[in-house]
Amino acid sequence: MTLKETPIIKAHQEMGAKLVDFGGWNMPIHYGSQLDEHHQVRNDGGMFDVCHMTIVDLRGCEVNEYLAKLLANDVAKIAGKSGKALYSCMLNHEGGVIDDLIIYSMDDAWVRVIVNSSTREKDLAWMRSQIGNMAVDLNERDDLAMIAVQGPNARELAVKALGDDIEGAQILKPFNALLINAGSDKEMFVARTGYTGEDGFEIVCANDQAEQMWRQLAKAGIKPCGLGARDTLRLEAGMNLYGNDMDETQSPLESGLSWTVDFSNEKRQFIGRSALEKQKEQGLNYKFVGLILKGKGVLRAHQQVLIENNALTGELTSGTFSPTMQQAIGFARVPSDAADTCLVVIRKKQLEAKIVKLPFVRHGKVLVD
Amino acid sequence: MTDIPQDLKYTKSHEWVRVEDDGSITIGITDHAQGLLGDMVFVELPDIGDEYEAEQDCAVIESVKAASDIYCPIEGEVIAINEELEDAPEQINVNAYHEGWLFRIQPLKENDFDALMSPEDYAELVESESH
Repeated sequence: MTLKETPIIKAHQEMGAKLVDFGGWNMPIHYGSQLDEHHQVRNDGGMFDVCHMTIVDLRGCEVNEYLAKLLANDVAKIAGKSGKALYSCMLNHEGGVIDDLIIYSMDDAWVRVIVNSSTREKDLAWMRSQIGNMAVDLNERDDLAMIAVQGPNARELAVKALGDDIEGAQILKPFNALLINAGSDKEMFVARTGYTGEDGFEIVCANDQAEQMWRQLAKAGIKPCGLGARDTLRLEAGMNLYGNDMDETQSPLESGLSWTVDFSNEKRQFIGRSALEKQKEQGLNYKFVGLILKGKGVLRAHQQVLIENNALTGELTSGTFSPTMQQAIGFARVPSDAADTCLVVIRKKQLEAKIVKLPFVRHGKVLVD
Repeated sequence: MTDIPQDLKYTKSHEWVRVEDDGSITIGITDHAQGLLGDMVFVELPDIGDEYEAEQDCAVIESVKAASDIYCPIEGEVIAINEELEDAPEQINVNAYHEGWLFRIQPLKENDFDALMSPEDYAELVESESH
């Protein structure tokens, strides 16, 4: 199978990227050292090619009614508030997670949605199937590219690099987006969001402008970073990865995502609501926590978690070695009554791990001890 | 290009093998393998005195990205391990063929090296795997 390429592929090759098959895309995993790239983002500024992600525009006068039903979080929080972003799960009728996504309210009749790359086809099919008779048009924007610039200095460097092209972005508030030069060839969408736990922008432009923008950002001192560092950064930041930490067989309530499920409006019958209400009523068997391995080793997805005096076992959903903390960290679904410590089965050994509240790291600071 | 020293022997699972003057063998992973695995963060070495058969897994190295088993290239007894890797696993990335050595084996049979690959054969393997 031929791998798909983003419009930035040539620059990646020139900049020494190690390219790997990432869900059918030929993507940079690192440019030399994943660890250096990780620290670059925590301490200064780095950038990621995230063109593989799927951008969808929803337009129509019933777009907010549609999203109120489609999403577990409540679009009413941002409806009509131009530029406001909201993170949500999209559930099936059983309350399992079809995908997690970010929506940006652009105006009363336009919401931009960014979903995962690995779930593109099933997401689009599901989203189309739920439109029914509502006045909503769904348009996949595969003509658009996306670059994430992340790190404490990333916004300043991006503004320096791109100048008038992102005029106005410097005053964006967190979790807000702005459309710049709307309608022109140089239309840009800049959002103060990301997937690293650091400040930064996610910048969307036309495919044919992406490579040049990447080079301009690099010239300003923003270092190219691969998807390897993106994974360790999001893990430290306590951010879920679809397919690892939740999927269609898991409830958001047992995936650390209760905060994104909004039951407050009793009239809002979003898809999956009744299934989740039933789960809550019956009581949850598991909770989603952070783990820190006390000794040496590395936590990995699918390692088994044992709790003292409990026949029910848990499982790591993601794990890695934290470059910031210099310790193995991970996420796990563990029995609800688990307290401070647990044992993780790593090969033939059972090693002690501490149970903590997520996240591990935000804005360069370690938040757990 | 990946570094493949001419004075070593190799395995298809990307270990290198150096025959020492006293007949023992030193084992590590190749430059090609460390490049694929990326930044090393943890090494679990065998214990001195352990005996392994050829191709038995006897150690684990872990990069940020993944865990990888190390296979004993020939039957023998572990006589030394690189303890410095415990606190500095990155030595494998810095110099896979010297400071990054993993452990040393005293072979139990003579002339047991025939199954190992020459540098030329290993270069071919690396070439074929990168396509």
